[in-house]
Amino acid sequence: MSAQGQPEAAPVATGAVEEEIARYVAEKTGTLPEVGQDLFATGLANSMFALELVVFLERTYSVTVAGADLQLPNFRTAESMAALVGRLRAEAAADGDG
Amino acid sequence: MDVPILAVVGAGVMGTGISTLAVGRGLPVVLVDVDEAVLERARVAIASGLRHSQLVGALPVGCAPAELRTTVSLDDVAAAGAVIEAVTERAELKAELLAKVSTLVRPGTALISNTSGIPIDEMAAGVRRPGDLIGTHFMNPAYLISMVEVIRGPRTADETVDSVLSLLTRLGRRAVVVRDAPGFVTSRLLHPMINDAARVVSEGTATAEEVDALMQGCLGHPTGPLRTADLIGIDNLVDALTVLHARTGDERCRPSELLLEKVRRGELGRKSGRGFYVYREAAS
Repeated sequence: MSAQGQPEAAPVATGAVEEEIARYVAEKTGTLPEVGQDLFATGLANSMFALELVVFLERTYSVTVAGADLQLPNFRTAESMAALVGRLRAEAAADGDG
Repeated sequence: MDVPILAVVGAGVMGTGISTLAVGRGLPVVLVDVDEAVLERARVAIASGLRHSQLVGALPVGCAPAELRTTVSLDDVAAAGAVIEAVTERAELKAELLAKVSTLVRPGTALISNTSGIPIDEMAAGVRRPGDLIGTHFMNPAYLISMVEVIRGPRTADETVDSVLSLLTRLGRRAVVVRDAPGFVTSRLLHPMINDAARVVSEGTATAEEVDALMQGCLGHPTGPLRTADLIGIDNLVDALTVLHARTGDERCRPSELLLEKVRRGELGRKSGRGFYVYREAAS
C-alpha cells in the first residue's frame, strides 16, 4: 500500500497507454499526435470521433466510462485519456480487492 | 405535468437518432418497426446515442431520460401527440405508411415525414387530413445537430407548422421552414456535391481523404463531403439522389457508379463499418 494513497503501478503503465492511444489516433486520422496535444482544438478529433475514442478505451482496457467521467475534457489528449484509464483500472482493482 | 408521447415509425438510423434526441430531452417515445431484431439494435443504438450526447454536453442538465418503448404494432401510435415517420427513403412506402397512420391518430395530430428530399405533397394524397402532414429533415446524428429543415407542403395547415415548431423547440432544435420542392434546400445543394465528390475519386483526381481535406481546409466544410456520405449512409444517399434525379432531371443527381458499387458491396458508411472510410470501432 502506498502511504500517499496513490496507486503505485499507474504512473509506470500510463506512458505506454498514452503511446497506444496516440497510435490509435494516428491510425484513424493519419496524424500522430503529441501525448499532450489537444485533439479537438487541433482538428484531429470531433464530436463523432469522441465516441469512438470512448469505445476504443473501453474495449482495449476493459474499463467502463460512465457518469461524470463521460465528458469531453477527459478525452482531449492522449495524456488525459491514459490518466482516466489508470484511475478507472485502479478503482476496479480496489473494488476487486475489497 | 402531462408529457405528450412522441411516436417514431421506422427504427433505422434516423428513427433511432430522433428517438435518442427526444428521450434525452425528457420526451417519452414509442418507437415502431416491423422487425424485432431492428428494434433490439435500435435500443442498443439509443443507449449509445445517449452516452454520446452526454459525452459532448448535448444533454440538458438535470433532465433524466424519458421512457423508450419499442413495438411492432403500428396501432400503438394512436395515443401519440405527434408522429414522426422515418422509414426508408421511398415515396410509395412513406405515402402508404402515412395514410395508415392518419387513420389511427386523433385529428390534429401532426404527421411528420422525416425525409431528405421527397416532396411532402407527393405523400399527402392518401392521408386522411392533408393539413396535418408536414416534413422535417433532421441531420444525422439528430441528437447532436441542432438545426432542422422543416418543409411546409402546399396543403400543410398553420396549426401543424406551429405544433411542429413548438415540438422542435422543446427538443432544443432550431428550425428553418422552407417550401416544398425535391430535395428542399439542404439535399438539393449537398447531395449533388457529394455525388460529384465520389466522381472525383473514381476519376482518380484525388483520394477520398484528399477531397475531404481540401473541402475542410480550403472551403470550411466541417467534415468533408465523403465523410458526410458515410454518416448519411450511402444507400440512403443513393435513394435520395434517385428521388432528386427523377424529379429535377439534373444529371448531377444521377447516382454515380462508385456510390452504386458501394451499395452493392454493402459498404454503406458508418452504420456498416465501412464506406469511403473504415470504422472498426463503430458503436453498433
